[in-house]
Amino acid sequence: MSKNKKLFTTPLLKNNPITVQVLGICSCLAVTAQLKPAVVMALSVTVVVALSNFIISLMRNTIPPRIRIIVQLVVVSALVILVNQVLMAYVYDVSKQLSVYVGLIITNCIVMGRLEAFAMSHKPWESFLDGVGNGLGYGIILVILGFFRELFGSGTIWGYPVMEKLGMYKIGYENNGLVIMAPMALILVGVIIWIQRSKDKELCEK
Amino acid sequence: MKSGGLEMKNFSNKYIFIYAAALVAVVAVILSVVAMGLKDRQQENVRNEKMQTLLAAINVATDRDGAEALYKQYFTSELTVGTNGEVVSEYDIAADNMVKGEVRAFAINLKDEQNKEKSGAKGAFPVYLFQKDGKTGYVIPTQGNGLWGPVYANIALDEDFNTVVGVTFSHDSETPGLGAEITTEKFQAPFIGKQILDESGNVVSIAVKKNADPNGAHEVDAISGGTMTSNGVSAMLGDDLMRYQAFINNMLQGQAVEAVAENAADAPQEEANEKEVSNE
Repeated sequence: MSKNKKLFTTPLLKNNPITVQVLGICSCLAVTAQLKPAVVMALSVTVVVALSNFIISLMRNTIPPRIRIIVQLVVVSALVILVNQVLMAYVYDVSKQLSVYVGLIITNCIVMGRLEAFAMSHKPWESFLDGVGNGLGYGIILVILGFFRELFGSGTIWGYPVMEKLGMYKIGYENNGLVIMAPMALILVGVIIWIQRSKDKELCEK
Repeated sequence: MKSGGLEMKNFSNKYIFIYAAALVAVVAVILSVVAMGLKDRQQENVRNEKMQTLLAAINVATDRDGAEALYKQYFTSELTVGTNGEVVSEYDIAADNMVKGEVRAFAINLKDEQNKEKSGAKGAFPVYLFQKDGKTGYVIPTQGNGLWGPVYANIALDEDFNTVVGVTFSHDSETPGLGAEITTEKFQAPFIGKQILDESGNVVSIAVKKNADPNGAHEVDAISGGTMTSNGVSAMLGDDLMRYQAFINNMLQGQAVEAVAENAADAPQEEANEKEVSNE
């Protein structure tokens, strides 16, 4: 039981997909200019990693190693399209928000990375937990980035004009345009990695 | 792969081929069945959303479910026009009746028509007529390319075919926080009151550019960090509104003629009905 719990918790910090495994950087730059898309993306990736981990783990003994990457890709793409189709029919607004990210989810290194490194060699339930953990670990970083980038880049949080309500513009404060740009997201990821490694010496390379 | 013994298993080529084929077939069947089963619902959503954006362009807020009723309430007819200004088809919304031609403007795929024009054939472009607060106006839908994918806009014009009374923008895949800002009130509001015609009645459209003059009749401010999307919107408005030049000329001349005729006769109450009268 505690082993399963560990599967779930280590990817949140100690083995975080973005800051430690350094996967999924591309999408974390693309969707974190605002908090809301960051949260949508985080949830979508969590669902997709967990389910594809589960399915691939069920199939793992039948998959010929030589074509395993293609098999994984087919399963992931089918899953994403399937979810999007259902959303389009029943929760159209969510699907509209998600449609931008469908491509980004399918090609997200975290999904393929977890399938290769974990689901291909572990039981379905463990793989499912690993997927949820990694999805959430990815999500935490996305939400942190989205929060700071939206706050300092647009002066809002979840669309709510915080800076304006605080009267910051009146005393000469201006939004920082650089924060909205992708390079600043990368710098922020760097800062998070820096903070994390200075707290946790185990992560530092010798 | 630490455990699992995957490397030890030997799969024959035959197995690999059959496995791959079976997997693809199963996935294809699942996806097609789901897509077919959900098609009606999805199309209804898309239809209602189209009505919703048309209503939004004339500043009528609604949710998707209520869109159809309000659409019938505010919009009077749908026209498709050719680039020579001729009316190709006309659909009376209240009577649910094709007055002329066969294709409803609502059912037209704008992209197809644009491609037809590009390849030298003749396209037909939609115009939606609406009545709001006792005034007639026109909504022109446009479609162009942003940075990552298509961008769309509905431009609502006053009865003079010149002043913008409302506008909505949407997109498929522009970057959130940058290009995607075209859907925000902040970007859209400055369009209201701008003009698409110059003094001599030529379509000059509205340019989206940096440091636009707020008092300029033909320009609005671009999105910082969303230059490519802003340029795309600018090009879209220019290209698509230009197609209506001949139609606008015809309509404005028609209005002038009608105004003269009305002055000669009398009956100011006929003014509101003139569209229906000319339909008959």
